[in-house]
Parts: sequence; C-alpha cells; structure tokens
Amino acid sequence: MTDISPRDGHEVETKLGHSPVADIPHRPRATDTDPKAARRAERQVASMFLLSVVFVILFVVAYVGIDKSTTIYIPVMGTVGASQVALGFCLGAAILLIGTGAIQWAKKLMPDVEVVQQRHLMESPQSAADEAAANYERGKEESGFARFRMIRRTLIAALALFPIPLVIMLRDLWVPTPEEEGKSPAEILSTTIWRADSRIVSDGTYRPVRPEDLPVGGLISAVPEDLTEIEEIQGNLNARGKAAIILIRMEPDEIRSQQGEGWDYQGILAYSKICTHVGCPIALYEQRTHHLLCPCHQSTFDLADSGNVVFGPAARRMPQLPIGVDAEGYLVAKSDFAEPVGASFWERG
Amino acid sequence: MKFLAARRRSPIVASGLLVGALAVMGLGYAAIATVQPAQAALAVGTETQVEAGRQLYLEGCSSCHGLEAQGTEVAPTLVGVGAAAVDFQVSTGRMPLAAPGAQAPSVYPTYDEEQVAAMAAYIASLAPGPAIPTAEQYDYADADVALGGELFRINCAQCHQAAGEGGALTQGKYAPSLMESSPKTIYMAMLTGPQSMPVFSDTQLDTQDKQDIIAYVMDLQTAPSPGGLSLGRLGPVTEGVFLATAVFAMLIAAAVWIGMKAR
Amino acid sequence: MTTTSPVEKAGGATATYVDKRLGSNSFLSRNLGKVFPDHWSFMLGEIALYSFIVVLLTGTFLTLFFKPSMIEVIYDGSYVPLKGVKMSEAYASSLDISFDVRGGLLLRQMHHWSALIFVAAIAVHMFRVFFTGAFRKPREFNWIIGVGLTVLALAAGFSGYSLPDDLLSGTGLQIARGIVQATPIVGTWMAFLLFGGEFPGTDFISMLYGIHILLIPGLILALITVHLMMVWVQKHTQFPGPGRTNDNVVGYPLLPVYMAKAGGFFFVVFGIIALVGGLVTINPIWIFGPYTPDQVSAGSQPDWYIGWLDGALRIMPNWETVIGGFTISWNIMIPAMIMPGIVFTGLALYPFIEAWVTGDKREHNLLDRPRNAPVRTAFGMMAITFYCLLWVGGANDIIATAFDLSINAITWFLRVMIFVLPPIVFVVTKRVCLGLQRRDRDKLLHGYESGRVLRLPHGEFIEVHEPLSAKDLAVITAKTDIVPLPAPERADAEGVRSKGYRIHSLRHRLSGFFYADNVTRPTDAEIEAGQHHAAHDAALEAPLHEYEDQDEIRNAHGGVLHHPGMADTNAEQLEERSQH
Repeated sequence: MTDISPRDGHEVETKLGHSPVADIPHRPRATDTDPKAARRAERQVASMFLLSVVFVILFVVAYVGIDKSTTIYIPVMGTVGASQVALGFCLGAAILLIGTGAIQWAKKLMPDVEVVQQRHLMESPQSAADEAAANYERGKEESGFARFRMIRRTLIAALALFPIPLVIMLRDLWVPTPEEEGKSPAEILSTTIWRADSRIVSDGTYRPVRPEDLPVGGLISAVPEDLTEIEEIQGNLNARGKAAIILIRMEPDEIRSQQGEGWDYQGILAYSKICTHVGCPIALYEQRTHHLLCPCHQSTFDLADSGNVVFGPAARRMPQLPIGVDAEGYLVAKSDFAEPVGASFWERG
Repeated sequence: MKFLAARRRSPIVASGLLVGALAVMGLGYAAIATVQPAQAALAVGTETQVEAGRQLYLEGCSSCHGLEAQGTEVAPTLVGVGAAAVDFQVSTGRMPLAAPGAQAPSVYPTYDEEQVAAMAAYIASLAPGPAIPTAEQYDYADADVALGGELFRINCAQCHQAAGEGGALTQGKYAPSLMESSPKTIYMAMLTGPQSMPVFSDTQLDTQDKQDIIAYVMDLQTAPSPGGLSLGRLGPVTEGVFLATAVFAMLIAAAVWIGMKAR
Repeated sequence: MTTTSPVEKAGGATATYVDKRLGSNSFLSRNLGKVFPDHWSFMLGEIALYSFIVVLLTGTFLTLFFKPSMIEVIYDGSYVPLKGVKMSEAYASSLDISFDVRGGLLLRQMHHWSALIFVAAIAVHMFRVFFTGAFRKPREFNWIIGVGLTVLALAAGFSGYSLPDDLLSGTGLQIARGIVQATPIVGTWMAFLLFGGEFPGTDFISMLYGIHILLIPGLILALITVHLMMVWVQKHTQFPGPGRTNDNVVGYPLLPVYMAKAGGFFFVVFGIIALVGGLVTINPIWIFGPYTPDQVSAGSQPDWYIGWLDGALRIMPNWETVIGGFTISWNIMIPAMIMPGIVFTGLALYPFIEAWVTGDKREHNLLDRPRNAPVRTAFGMMAITFYCLLWVGGANDIIATAFDLSINAITWFLRVMIFVLPPIVFVVTKRVCLGLQRRDRDKLLHGYESGRVLRLPHGEFIEVHEPLSAKDLAVITAKTDIVPLPAPERADAEGVRSKGYRIHSLRHRLSGFFYADNVTRPTDAEIEAGQHHAAHDAALEAPLHEYEDQDEIRNAHGGVLHHPGMADTNAEQLEERSQH
C-alpha cells in the first residue's frame, strides 16, 4: 500500500528563506553625523508638539467663541458650518501634530539600526506534550469520567438541555397586540387595514380624493382614512407600512389588464406602494410608460398590465387594491388586498 | 458599408448644425435678455401673439408634433397640454429636442421669453389646459418649509432624491436635479407632468401645498452644508469613493512615510 | 541604569510594586526589546486598530446624547426645515447632536468616518495578509479571527447606520427585514421576534442600540485582544531581505523606535479622522428626513461595505419557487444569504484549503512576494474583481445618472460580467505573475539590463548588464521552489488498489494547478555565475563607470550559464532532473 505524506513534495528545498547575502552595512543619517542636523531635527519635533498645544488652545477659543449656527464661506467647500469646521480643523491639527512629531523623532533621532532576534518554532517540546497527556490521563482516572457511565451520560444530557430556557425566553420579544392575538406572523402579514368602503386620503394632506381630482397621468400617494385615527403607540407606522398605496390614472383604454374585473374606477388604479421584493416603498411612476420602478433594487412593474414584473429581482406582481366611489363621490376601497403586500415570505405560497 | 457610412454621417452633421444654431440663438438671446420685461405670464394671448406663436410652431415644432399639433409617431399631441407645458418645455431648453435620446435634457433655451409666450398662447388657443402660473401662485414667501419637506418626501423624493439632486429612472431616463430650477419651473412641472413625471394638479396638491414644496426646494438649493464639504449630497456611494481615494491616500501616505528610512 | 529624575524614580518604584504582585518585570524584560519588522504595509492593520479606538471614543461621546427610543416626538430643535415635524426620539436626538450640541456634528461625523475607515482598513489589511501568504502556518487561527472581525465590523457598521432612524437608515432596515423574512420556514417568526412584531414596530432601535454599543464592540474588543496577542507570541512576519530568514526577525525594538512610530501613527490616524470628520460631510441625516415605512428617496444606498450585498440583490434575476404552498425566494436567498455565506466560509477556510492542496506543512515567517504564488494572487484579484462588480451594482443608479447610462443596461452588463470578468482577471493575473517570475530569473542569471550599449574593441555591441544589489539579490533569491505533489500510484505492486487514490490524485492535480507553471529558481551556482558575468560586463565599462560594490560577487566564478531552451518551469525541470 502506498500513501503520500504531505512532505513528499518538498524535498527540493527544505530550508526556507535562505539568504546568500550578509546584511547591508548601515548608512548613517545626516542627524547621526551632523550635530547641526540633529539640533534642527530636535527643534522640528519640538515645534510640532508646541504647535499642537497652540491648536488645542485655538480649539477651546473656537468652541467658546463661534456660535453653533454661524456659517462661513470657504472656497472649494462652499458655505459650511463655521463651528464645525473650526473645531474639526483645530482638533485634527492638534492630534496630527503629536503623531507627526513622534514619528519624526523616531525617524531622525532614535537609532535606526535594525536588530535581529531569533524565532523559535511554535511547537512545544515533546516533553511538554507528554506531560500534558499524562496530566490528562491522571485527571480522567481520578474523576472516573470513563468509569461512571451513568454520570457521564446524564451530565451530557443536562448540559445539552440547559440552554433551552435561554432560547425559550426569546419568544416574548414579540408580544402580540390584542388584534394580533391568536394569529401567526404570516396571517398578520397577509392583511392590511383596508376594508370595504375605507376612504382613500392622500398622504401628507390627508384630504379625501374625488376621481375628478386626479387627471390622467397623475399620481397620488395615499393611505386609508382610518390610519389617521390610529395613534403612533398603537402601531400607526406598522399599519402604514402595509396599507400605503399609490393612485394613478390613465386612459381606460390604456389599461391592458388588471388583477380583477372592474378593480379600476374610470382609469384610476390603486396599487400597493410596498415592493414585493424586500419591501421598499415605491412611487417612481413613469406616467408615459406606466412603469413603476423601485429605487432600492430596480424592480420594475407595469401598472397598465396588472402590475406585472418587467425587470429586476422582484418575483411577484404589485398587489392591486379594488376601488370605487362612495355616496359622496369620494374614492374608497372595495375590499382589502386580495394577496399579501410587501416582501415575500415562506408561508405566502 | 453604405449603411455604416450613412449612420456615421448623420449625427455629426446634425450635431454640427445644432451647435451652430445654438450659438446663433444663444447670441441672440444674450442680446435680448437684458431688455426683456417680465410680461410673459399672460393667461390668454392676444390674437397677434397666437399668430406669431403659430408661425414659430410651424417652423420649429411641427416637424415632430404635426402641423395641427395633433402629434405623430415620434412626438405626442400638444392639444390640451396647456400653456404651462409649452413654457416649461421650451423655456428650460428641453424643446425643441436637441437629439433623440431616452429623454429631453434641459439645455440652453432656443427661444426668448417673448417667443415662448407666443408659442404658449398658440397651444393654449387649441384647447384648454393648465395655464402658466402667476407670480403670486409660486410666491413662497409665506410658505411652510417643514410641511413642504413632508410633501416633498412623500411626492418628490422617490425620483428627485431627498436632497433634490436627481435620480435614475428606467432605460436611461432620469429625474433631473432640482438644484437650478426656479419656483416657476417647479410649479409648472408639477402642474403639467412633463415627460415621465406624473401630474400633480392643483386638485391633488393645491397652490399652498405647491408653495410649501417650492419653499423646501429653495431651501435645499440655498442651504449651507453644516458638516463641511458636501460631496454632492448623493449619499454613501460618493462617501465610499471619497474614502477609497482621498482618505486612504492620506493614511497610506502616512504609513509609507513612517516606513521610509530617514536620510 | 541611571534614573535620577523624581518621575523616573516613582515609575521605578511603581514597577517594583506591581512586579511583587504580578511578576511583571520578567514580562517586561522579555518584551521591551521585542523586535518588529518595519514595512508600510504592516501598518494597515494598525489603521484598523486605531480607527476602532477612535470609534469607541467618539461612540462613547455620542451615547451621552443619543436617545435610543422610537417614541414619537415633535421636533423643536434649531434645524428649521424639520421644525414641527413628527419623528422618533432617536432621530430627534440625532438632529440635536448635529445642530444643538457644539462639536456634536464633528464627533458624529468622526464616528461615521472612522467606522468606514475601520472596515476599509480591515479589508486592505486582509488583502496584504492574503497576497503575501501571511496566513500560512502557524498563523491560520489568526486569519480566522480576522475573518470573524470582518464580519463583526460589518455588523457594527450596519447596526450603527440603522440607529439615527432617518429615511435612509430605515430603508436599510426595511431591506434587512425583507431578507430575514425570506428565510425558509422560520423567516416570518424570525422577523417578528427581531422587530418585536410588524415593521417597523417600536422596539427595534433600543434593541439594536444594545447590540451596537455593547454586544458587538465587546466581541470585537475580545477578538482584537486575541488577534494582537497571537501576533505578539508568534512574532510578526517579514518580507525577504538581506539577513532576513525564516528563523529570525529583523526590525526595530519595541522601545523606543517601534513604540514611537506606532504611537505616533495612532495620533496620525486619529488626526486624519478628525480633519476629515471636521471638513467633509458624511451621512447628512437632516436631508433625508424622519423614517416612515411608506417614503423613500431615490439613490438610497447602504454604506460601502454593505454595497456589494445590495448590488448582488439588484443584479439577481427574479427567481422564486412555490412548492406545496410555500415560497422559496431564490431572488433574495442567493444574493443575500447563500453568496455571502460561501464568500465568508471560503475566506475563513482558505489557509487550510491552500495547505491541503499544496501539501505545505512548514512554518512560514518569511512573506511570499505575490508573484511567487501566482494562483493565490490570481484568486485574490478575482475576488476583488467580483467584489468591485457587485459594488458597481449597488451604485448602479448613481452611476446611471452620473454617466448618463441606463440602469437596465448596467444591470445586464453586470449579470454577464460577474461570471466573465473574474476568470479573465484570474488568467491575466497569473500570466503577469509568471512573467514577473521570469524576469526575476533573468535578473539572477544575467543581472540588470542597464540600457547602456557598449561597443567592444573587436566591434561587437553588447548591452551592459549590472549585477543586482545585495538587497535585490536577497529579495529575489528568497523564493523557494515548491514542486507539485507527485501523482499517486493507482495500485501497488501486488495490484491492490491504493487507499484514497481519488483524493490523492485530486490533490496532485490541484497542486499542479498551483505550482506547475512556476518558474524555477536557478541554483546558487547559476546565480553566482550570472552575477559574475554581469559584473564582468560592467567591468568592461569600468573606464567609464567606477564600480565600488559587489566585490564578493565579482570574485565568484564557476557554474552553469542559463541558455535558451533550458527548462524553465518546475514541471519541465523536474522531468529533466529525473532523466539524469
């Protein structure tokens, strides 16, 4: 039987780093030979340290003397915060000068002759290995770890189980709200606060929207009116993160397809604003092409064609919200989304 | 070969002509600009203005938009786009289109204010559409900057970027930077939804909302950079580039200096 | 020793006092004169260390003012364009640090810049270690710790980027949540536990804050300590040079030169960070506005060290599989989990893979020149290319607007190039390395080409070759020949199939891939002859040029000259030797 020892390949050269040449003779620096140069270097280093002191003083002056709202015009940089720039410059200069001084000192005035030290192999001598092994054997013998089989096995079981409480306690990182009670995360992710007759209000101004308010080619970022009644503490942002929509209007004959029969209202379409890839809000709507582009990863959806993906990493179409008008002529949702909005997840199907 | 030669020749000739034309227009504009009174914001033009506008239209626009502004395969109809759309497109130099591309860039305007007003009056005479906003409409002196910021982040930042520096759209199109835009241009852009931009009519964002947004953009244009050099306010990419070039050049230069032997 | 000043006397007394309790003097006696080799590239790791110290210092300051809370407040600070806007307390306090604490913006910007420098310095330091083979035995553990530090640095950076709760940081978190949610089976639960429910919830900032200021820095500190202790115990590697061998270390003693230089460099790094933090804006959070989950800014980007992952997400095709009502999001898992998993695992295991493939079990204290390990160098360049392409992907929208390109075109370009360009870079790098090796060999055999042409008395023209300097000679000759592992026997004499044949044969082929193309180092005799010849050349010129150095080389003689047609790769030469 043959077996290859890893060393076999290295018979050609066993000694590493064989250097055939002796050390290069040390070339003295100007500061080694010329006392004047040495004194000059000394003054140089000292003046750097002194200048550092000056900058610290200037820093304090700037801190006290410059109002934090003052701005100053500096060529190249433009108009900038005066306090910020002065403090940064003084602090930086003060610290930098300590460093350059120390390095200059080391380079010019401290000996620059390189020293040789021997290395030793990392490996311990065999005697140490033997001793360690003997100690281990003694410990094993004295503890009876090998003999007491029952102790050994129960100990392993105990050690294996003791982290469980630590992991279990992570469960309550999420305490369900009363509405979330009894629902799995997937179920919660699958619904929004949209329901039949939820009025659509434009985001920011919270004004309800009439169909005639939205011209062809127009875009409105909108939310359900109910959202305005949810306090922040009750999870306003959570609800917003799922319910945000965009309203767009095109000529009815430009709509090639939509996700449900009659889900538009006279060419007004409502789509989720949350990308189906990893959940960025999207409203980069190009009114000519009817394309919706995600600024995060460039998934592109065709809103004239059921919100289908035309480019990028998103795999699923943009969910559409069916809309109509209520008795007062304002736009409302006809129901919640028919499919979960936002980033994909395992149970989504 | 013939095909190649034809392809090669046309853009050069076209751009040569264009440069020449632009130079002439530019000189003309420079001569007129100084004596131009601010009288362009007429809602409806006089008859002579409409006629002058029609002439200008036929010379400069009809080859693409059609003799009756009905639109062709290469250009949309202008019937009903309103005076505001004409003013926006022509006064920012987007129209007439310099060269075919993903979208019309804002370049030096070809026509002077009077001519723009005439063309706007002509287009407005064809069918009703958004009128050119009056100076009071885009006067943002009393506007709420903070509210404008909110509305900007909801409606504008997704394309024009949080600092208004502009951003990419699909297939080479882009939302332009707002750093040079005037209040009037911003107002008209929202009103008319030029090119890829959606429309934000006065029924979606009313005049007050628009003034707030304009106030915020003007603040972005003029605001100092509190933290020092702004790096174009483009976010972490330019910061990363600055890090990799300038900062590491300094750090490595220092390391090399330390490693060098003193003489 | 003469210690006369009162300060020194007190210091001496303290040393004695401590020594009686800890025995510290024996440690000091061994280590105050410890030698550190000097090279600028050995400072790259120091940049990482020092920027981390600056991160800690500035971060500690920021904790005094930052409020890690998502409670909604109405902003009433001095930044006018946000006055009266609803926002989280975290964002409001970040604005206060920026506008209402004097020097606060400076420290915030220093914190952010030094964090970027920290990660970048780690990366550059890692390149140095990789390309010079400093990770080889006995330093494999330290390499793994370094990889661990890299991952922790990314986590530290990302968690910090997410804290101010501005629109940019929240967008980053939303993407992170989307990625977590895409995990098969447990994704939704993990996301709900991590965020305390739905996104964004109200707990995340305070939880992340604990992780960012306590857990991650604690781990980093612990690992840095071990990292440095290992360097201390194993002594630093060195580049080849005159008098430098695998068994010694040549450099400056800790006290005073190394301490002054390293200590000085700390202040230089600190000072540069303060200057940059004072003069150059980073992360102007006031522009992005407060975070809400339905707003976004164009050009939303992560910091550079996460940019490559974002780029991978961007260029990934939209693959998704639905099996039995369950969704497997390949479009998220491949770029955001599987790819980085492979990258970091591969990185951590690389020293072991290379040692296994090459069969090299020796201790290496002398660094490789990158050209002398062409396959490793080519791998490294390939990885850098891969990373850069992904980073371009992460910046594709900025690049599109800056250079008037289409993001769709850039994405498609990258989808193709990510597979095409790295192998091309691999091949080119390997070729370049082998070319440099050949040039080194020529230098050993013929000396430098001086570029001076000499006309000999009998009319012949020759180009004068000069002998190499002692330093160059030492550097070039430090290269060791490594021969690929021999092919294993398929079966022994009795026809019994040898054990592990397949594995051995794989190793044989892989080590051939690593080393077979290497240019062999000439023998010492050949080198001496070559240098002698070059010296002779130069001597012909002597009336024109005075030569003082290289006596020992000029006096050397004998040996075989290299001639055209002589085997110059390992494999060929091995074959030739076996024939003799």
